[in-house]
This record gives sequence, C-alpha cells and structure tokens, in this order.
Amino acid sequence: MDREFLIVSTTCFLAAVVRTAFLLRSKKFHEGQFNFFAIGLGFTFQTAFLSIRGHALGRCPLTNLFEVFIFLAWSVALIYMLVGPAYRLSLMGAFTAPLVVLLQSFALLVPIDTPRTSKLPANSWLEFHASISLVAYGAFALACIAGVMYLVQERQLKTHQLRSIFYYLPPLTDLFTAITRLLWCGFGLYTLGLLSGFFVGQPLPTVQVICAIGVWLLYAAILQGQHLRRLAPKWVAALCIIGFSAALTLLWGITFTAQMPPR
Amino acid sequence: MNLFCVGLSHHTTNVETRESFAGNAQADCALRRSCCAEALLLATCNRVEVYAAAQTRVPTEEIVRCLRRNIDNHGCGETSAFYRYEGAECAQHLFRVTSGLDSMVVGETEILGQAKKAYESARKSGATGPCLHRLFQRAFRVAKQVRTHTAITRGSVSVGSVAVALAEKIFGDLASCKVLLLGAGETSERTARALISRGASDLRISNRSGERAENLAQLVAARAVPFEKWPEQCREIDILITSTSSSAPLLARKNLAPILRQRIDRPLFIIDIAVPRDVDSDVNQLEGVYLYDIDSLRSIAQQSLVLRRQQIAAAEAIISRHVADFGELISGGLNRSVRVVEHPVSETSLRASEL
Repeated sequence: MDREFLIVSTTCFLAAVVRTAFLLRSKKFHEGQFNFFAIGLGFTFQTAFLSIRGHALGRCPLTNLFEVFIFLAWSVALIYMLVGPAYRLSLMGAFTAPLVVLLQSFALLVPIDTPRTSKLPANSWLEFHASISLVAYGAFALACIAGVMYLVQERQLKTHQLRSIFYYLPPLTDLFTAITRLLWCGFGLYTLGLLSGFFVGQPLPTVQVICAIGVWLLYAAILQGQHLRRLAPKWVAALCIIGFSAALTLLWGITFTAQMPPR
Repeated sequence: MNLFCVGLSHHTTNVETRESFAGNAQADCALRRSCCAEALLLATCNRVEVYAAAQTRVPTEEIVRCLRRNIDNHGCGETSAFYRYEGAECAQHLFRVTSGLDSMVVGETEILGQAKKAYESARKSGATGPCLHRLFQRAFRVAKQVRTHTAITRGSVSVGSVAVALAEKIFGDLASCKVLLLGAGETSERTARALISRGASDLRISNRSGERAENLAQLVAARAVPFEKWPEQCREIDILITSTSSSAPLLARKNLAPILRQRIDRPLFIIDIAVPRDVDSDVNQLEGVYLYDIDSLRSIAQQSLVLRRQQIAAAEAIISRHVADFGELISGGLNRSVRVVEHPVSETSLRASEL
C-alpha cells in the first residue's frame, strides 16, 4: 500500500517537470502556482509514505537504500517548500522536481527495497543522526540546484546568448545569496548529524567517518572561501555541485555497507 | 445600442495630425451634442480614439469635429485619416490595443496603464455605463491573459532597456548599485536615466570636460568625478557605462584584473556604447565581469523583437475567442441593461479621461 503513495507522489513531481518542459519549449513559461502545488502534493504523499513505513517499522524509516533515497527526496522537497517561495525562486521548483523524480524513480524501479531479516533495535541517537544528516543533504541538494541555475545564467550572460530559460531565472546576486544561506543551513545540520554519530553507541567504521569528515571539510572550505572572499561566486556554485556529488557518493557508500551482512 | 470606436493612430497618421486632435478641451461638449450615451477618450502620443455607445448612429464627421483642437480653422469633413469600428470589431480593436498588438513597439505594456487610467477617470466622472464598463473590463482581462499566456512582452527592445534588464538580471534590486558614467554623451545619459528610474541612486559621472560632467551631474542628481580618477572608481562601482570619443580603448584586461582581485565577490557590469569601443573585448573573459558593447545590446533587442512578433498569432487567437464571446454579449443582454443608464457624457468626464 505504501508504495502506491510513492507512485502518486512521483507522478505529482513528474507533472511539474512535464509542464515546465512543455512551457519552456513553447516559450510560454510563466511563473504560476502549478509547480508549487504539484510539489506540495507530491510532498504530502511522500510524508504519508514515510509515516506508514515508520509506523510499520516502529522507527525512523531509514533501514535500507530505498528508504534512504525516499527520505532524501523528501528532504529536498521540504527544503524547497521552505526556501523556494521565500526567495522567490519559482524556477527552483522546475529544477527541484527532476531531481526528486530521479531519486524516487530509481528507488521504485531498482530492487533495493529489501526488508531487513533482523529487526533493528531502537536507537534514538542513530535515528537522529541519520534523519538530521539527510535533511542536511536536502539543503546541499538545493544548493547544488541553485548552483546549476547560477552557472547556466552566468554562462548565458558571459556569452551574450540569452536563451528562453534566462528570462525566468532569478538575478545572479539573489541566487548567490540563496546558495550561501542553503550552504550554511546544510552545514549546520550536517555538523549536528556528524557529532550525533559519535553518540550512537556502536563502533564507527573508520573509512565512513573519514569520508564524512572529508565532506564536512569540503563544505567548510567552500564557506570559508566565500566568507573570506577568496572564492568567486562562480566557483562557489561549481563547488556546490562537486560537494553534493561527493556527499551523495558517501551516502551511497554508508547505506551500501550498512546493508551488507556482518562478517 | 451601437458600440463603436473612432480614432487615428501612428498606423494611419503622422505626429502632426495626431497632435491636432489630441487634448481638445471642447471634445466632450461636442460628443455630448452628438448624443453618445457613453463615451471615453483614449489619447496617447500614438493614438487618439473615442470609444462610445449611442442609441443611434453618430456620424464619424461629428466625432472628428469635436476632436479638433481648433474647430474654427478646420472644416468638419476631413475624416480620411480616421478609422471606425463597430460592435465586435470595436471590441477586437480595443483588445488588440490593450494587449500591445497595435502599438508601435509590439508588446509594450504602457498602453494598458494608459487605457486603465482613461477608463478610471471616465468611470469616476460617470461618462461610462454598462456597455463601456463591460468592454473595458473585458479588454483588461484579455490583455492580462495575453501577457500571461504568450511571450509578447518578454525581453527588452531598446538599447537602454536591454542594459537595464541585464543589470536587473545581475544585481536584482538596483537601489544599492553604484553606477559610473564615463563620458557624458546622450546615449549614456539616457541609459543612466533608465537605471535611475529603476531605483539606482548612487550615480557618478566622469568626463574629459569637467564642466560637462558637472552639468550632467546636476541634471541627474549625480556626483562628478575628475576624469583622471575614474579607474579608482572601479573598486567600488557595480555598473560602468562608457561612451567617450576616445580613439583607443580606455580599459584593458591588464588594468582591470588587479582591481577585480579586491572585489572578487561582486560582479561588474560594463556597458560600452562608444564607437570605437572604450573597453577591450577580452575584459569580458575576466571573472565576474559582464561586458556588453552596442552591437551585443542591439542584437539582444532585435532577438526580443523577433520573439515578440512570433507571439502575435498566439495573442490573436486569445483575442478572437474573447471577441466571439463579447459579440454574443453585445447582441444579447447588454442592450437591455444599457437603456436604464443612458445619459449624455458630462463635460468634465471626457476631459479627465484625456492623457
């Protein structure tokens, strides 16, 4: 039953993608409420799925790669719902929806929803660590999307080739402000997640800890570079994309190794 | 009830002819004599049009006569420059006007504001009734739909407006932007004025002739900067507009690069409208610098105009749907309700509706 909610949710996000693509293609894109409502509806169904799954498991639904992907997609949608309208980044929805569709479609199509043979004992620190880290990933994902939007617009302004999408992108300085705030938000949450990881009461895999600290250092370096005016906005935007790719790889690694049977 | 429109526009006449019909203080009296139950005068620099509803047909000559500035000097028979639309055609014409399809620059939106003002003034003074009320309300709706569902208003179509639009795409709010005008030419003055109209308040002017810089600075509430000190300004400014008559470039990559290192987090928008150019083209390769010369600005304006023209068919389709719908309204219930409020147009109403 819970997977049906997820299918409906993915359809909602897909509707936002299709509509935006159609409007951009016909050069009739206009900032309407459709994307926000489609994403809002998709978010509601995601929440319903996570709630049902959480009740069934008796804990935060982060027990396998499938659930991690859905939680990540939910975090992305959540952060968008919070910052998208606030920063008037209406087109951010058009960039957010494809990422969510990609994450959820992958989770639905690839057989990664494998139930655990043994029931995991409740561990509030572990659940806090996992969930707060994934919300941080959501913020990093949106910073990455804003980074893509920044680079697209920067490129068009440099080359004087103003394509259709240019007219719907927010101003460069507004985008950069959004990137900076999303980075700080994600960095704060990620730091909390990283610190809480040391209280889970289980032995920590050394490689994962080193990688997690590596990602933390990368984002710290980006923010430091931006704060000290050593990094140009274009490079901050590019590093947001690299940083999120690294974080996503790490997430994949952590979830993959966590699912492997203990030796 | 006959709904009709009589007028002339930039399509049919030159500016001298339009001038002779715009702003006639006696127009309202003459229209009242012509027994229009409702009437509204839409007068802009590109058109002079009367939208009216009357029980009987009012001859075009009568409308033309009352529109003349000086009735004594002209006869009343000269109507060849005027067009006349009745019923659904009148509605179609107004819908095209408010949507910007009939404008000199296709898709401009100023006309909608002018039509709204004209309607509002006429409504307040009681010159409009249900017939014109429905017509104009529908026209505003159509204009909104056309703007929303087509790209008819997209982009900028003049060099100045392209520069301002690009500045807004880079900086968002221009209120906190610092602008330096290098050279006090006419085009740079116009661009600066356009930036001021969009919120830019910190304006600096530098010119070889200090006196000219001072004069222009006073005109546009700016600050004059000695010509030898303008390169230092590049540390602070956000927008540089150059239009000097220098035969060699004034700004090269090697001069600007060290300055930019001190302002790495802030973009610099350079508008070079001088011919020959004041800024070396390789400056555009510097991080955070966006250099546009006169050709690139013109090219963007041209692209926008082409795009707007491509949208005309889509806009016409929207208008046709509304015209058909409004046509049914005219032939149906509108006539009955109009009879109740028939009244001659008051003298003040039409005067107020003139722009």
